[in-house]
Amino acid sequence: MFQRLPDAGDLAVAITIDGKPVKARAGDTVAAALFAAGIDHCRTTPVSGTPRAPYCMMGVCFECLVTIDGVGNRQACLVPVQEGMSVETQRGKREIGR
Amino acid sequence: MSAVNEVRDSYDVAVVGAGPAGLTAATACAAAGLATVLFDEQPAPGGQIYRAITQTPVQRASILGNDYWYGARLVRDFQASRAQYVPGATVWSLSREREIGVSTGGAARLTQAKRVIIATGALERPFPIPGWTLPGVMTAGAGQILLKSGAMVPQGRTLLAGCGPLLWLLAWQYLNAGVKIDAILDTTARASRSAAWPHAPAFLFSPYFRKGLRLMLSVRRRTKVIAGVTGLRAEGNSRLQQVAYRTADGAEIRLPADTLLLHQGVVPNVNLAMSVGIEHRWDDDQLCWVPVVDGYGGTSVDGVAIAGDGAGIAGAWAAEERGKLAALAAIRALKPDTRQDILPDEANIRLALAKVERGRLFLDRYYQPAASFRIPRGDTIVCRCEEVTAQQIIDTVALGCTGPNQMKSFLRCGMGPCQGRLCGLTVTELMAQTRGVPPAEIGHYRLRPPVKPITLGELAALPKDEAAIKAVVRG
Amino acid sequence: MAAPDVIVIGGGLHGCSTALHLARRGIAALVIEKDHVGRHASGVNAGGVRRLGRHPAEIPLSVASMELWHAIRDLVDDDCGFQSHGQVKAAEDEAEYELLRRRVEEVRALGFTHEELVGRDELRALVPAIADHCVGAIVCRQDGAALPYRTTLAFRRKAESLGARFLEGTRVTGLRRQAARWQVETDRGAHEALHIVNAAGAWAGAVAAQLGEPVPLEIIAPMLMISAPLPAFLKPVVGATGRPLSFKQFANGTVLIGGGHRGRPDPATNWTDLDFAGLALSARTVWDLFPPMRDAQIVRAWAGIEARMPDDIPVIGPSRTSENAWHAFGFSAHGFQLGPIVGAIIAELIATGHTNLPIAPFDIARFTRPA
Repeated sequence: MFQRLPDAGDLAVAITIDGKPVKARAGDTVAAALFAAGIDHCRTTPVSGTPRAPYCMMGVCFECLVTIDGVGNRQACLVPVQEGMSVETQRGKREIGR
Repeated sequence: MSAVNEVRDSYDVAVVGAGPAGLTAATACAAAGLATVLFDEQPAPGGQIYRAITQTPVQRASILGNDYWYGARLVRDFQASRAQYVPGATVWSLSREREIGVSTGGAARLTQAKRVIIATGALERPFPIPGWTLPGVMTAGAGQILLKSGAMVPQGRTLLAGCGPLLWLLAWQYLNAGVKIDAILDTTARASRSAAWPHAPAFLFSPYFRKGLRLMLSVRRRTKVIAGVTGLRAEGNSRLQQVAYRTADGAEIRLPADTLLLHQGVVPNVNLAMSVGIEHRWDDDQLCWVPVVDGYGGTSVDGVAIAGDGAGIAGAWAAEERGKLAALAAIRALKPDTRQDILPDEANIRLALAKVERGRLFLDRYYQPAASFRIPRGDTIVCRCEEVTAQQIIDTVALGCTGPNQMKSFLRCGMGPCQGRLCGLTVTELMAQTRGVPPAEIGHYRLRPPVKPITLGELAALPKDEAAIKAVVRG
Repeated sequence: MAAPDVIVIGGGLHGCSTALHLARRGIAALVIEKDHVGRHASGVNAGGVRRLGRHPAEIPLSVASMELWHAIRDLVDDDCGFQSHGQVKAAEDEAEYELLRRRVEEVRALGFTHEELVGRDELRALVPAIADHCVGAIVCRQDGAALPYRTTLAFRRKAESLGARFLEGTRVTGLRRQAARWQVETDRGAHEALHIVNAAGAWAGAVAAQLGEPVPLEIIAPMLMISAPLPAFLKPVVGATGRPLSFKQFANGTVLIGGGHRGRPDPATNWTDLDFAGLALSARTVWDLFPPMRDAQIVRAWAGIEARMPDDIPVIGPSRTSENAWHAFGFSAHGFQLGPIVGAIIAELIATGHTNLPIAPFDIARFTRPA
């Protein structure tokens, strides 16, 4: 559970997370936007289906895998938000060719 | 800033990573007139230590501290240089012929460099405790990145646990920002502290000594620090609800928690270096794999150097100097007639380096994490990607597996997308302990490219080089 | 420790299988392996258990080996991850389909019925995800795939349990005949035995040369890559006709892509450099044949080091220069399925001096005979 300091400034970028409209700050990564939106977990694992959330925020742990604009298994902590971006949390194995 | 389609077919020097080492290396190479490119995975320069330095929303300078803002000058110098900067770029392969595979924004390509300087820095040492995969548990580094890049701080009940300078720095920054920390659970091992004392006199002259001491005292004044913590566990049903631990006098304590930030030091990020076959050794002080490098970061692979914490942990100030040394070697090799006044001044660099590396052994020993936090037992998860437990790994030794590469064939441990970054050291030490041999004999995963996943489409769309294609189509 | 009857040089699948079959006959074997068992091609190949498309000379051996595969647990007390979901070789156009039709006729003329020609509809029933342009295939329904490292280790363990011994991290440096026995020198001491078996894979050429029968062996490193787990969409192993491909999905959802593009091996250091231009070709083949794979993620690529003979079939049988020396190498990137039977053949040759399986085409003399 994270919140923004008053320093954070304007939330000017509109994205959707699982279809729900969310405002993010320009310069946020998708993973930061997920935390700011209060998303508890961003995926469930392919092996046991347990929930996971971003863990390292620097591109090494691959816990923050989400589907961004239809492309699955993207590292949310490495992708900056962009206006109109559609982010979907993932359940288990990623379907291909949808 | 360049996109992948502006990546050229070849360069004099390719630098990987835009932390302090990569920035100074690329700046110096470009200043000497070498065609230089810097690939960085993050959207903005600075590495993790100076993360988001050009765009952080944290306006109050006192929150992050002067040592953070210092990084701005490295970025300024780099931006003023003629080096090509490719952000958001994942380098997924490097061959011994120094062919580099790189992707940005879903497009991949291959490029060639005469010299490669790997400046991929450090990552946090795995902290495999029960429950470390629960949402609500993350690394202290992750917490700091959220602060630097997004002015985001934890709310609710917040615990920091572990040992090492970064844990204290984050606590200090959080307190400066007005965050309430419920407690710091200090796992610094008594044995490590005693082993460190003989090196304390040297550390008294380290620039880190006064800073570290002041910072620690400031944190201790403002929040509760519980020393001698063992038996740390994160508990909860599908998310963190409480943290359990044992105190120095043996009491079992449970604290409700919404966020647990873990840290027990940093280790070199070796994946790219190992994938190109660079020789590494096991470091008994830092308890990790460290590439074997010469005084300029040169490695066992011709034309490939490593600068910064990726060549062994020594911190940001040392990284800055080591970047210049790697650049110096590249310039001397590629442009031996470069004027002295353009070359980095080696004597000055060596002096500065000696100063910041003084007493390093004290820090290494003092913050050496206890075995129980490095080598888990039972059903504690070791491999987060494939959800493999410590006991499963121990059991493969009985099947005849002598190292990680045999073990992984049975368990898929280390074969998930993180490619062993979060389990490699744990597996090496766990198998070493089980077999009763030194970690050096166990070895590490054989790491192969792509060192980061790429899509089949990216690979299929690699620009065709007819000569290369002919060379491989034989049967 | 008593001297073994047989020293097997090389701890790959063929060496381990030879040791196992010798042990079953009560013959004491010592396997000497320079790295660790299954370190090279045996442990890291694509795991195809395939009769489909075999060279005519290999078909009898392959068919016999498949019987052992279907009872693999009885042989080694482990299922080796073997699953028999069939192998499919797809034709991408009518010309390729015609090639496949003739191939099936050829195999039938030899008296074998395991290869079956199927048309468009049956191909789709077997491989629903295959691209629309594919017109038909050869199917081998009882073929399949296994886990190579697990298989090699299972053979080793079973052999050990029956008395075979293994020396790993030990490199053979010299071979000498002395008083009708073999003296095998290694970097960690000498050993002696009545027989030696050359199962040294990519390093077998050096052994053959020591025996005075050099062979034109090429050292190759076929590349493989694997994806992140995907929902189940494929049961059989799929290959193509006009271009190299081996494509299969494991039970855990990961997809293995192989098929002949090669890296650059350095057998002296065990290193292989991957060639991403070659992997890009494999990726394009998959892109064409399985369009939904385009945004699948490739998480790892690798290449095992092995031996290829100029005629793409192995060397199996006695040395033609030295008594009591035997060869089993040069499997040319398709030796995994043959592992169980080749060990049995070598053990039979050592024990009885002959075998009923037709091994004449694999005689090492084919490279030394005057043309």
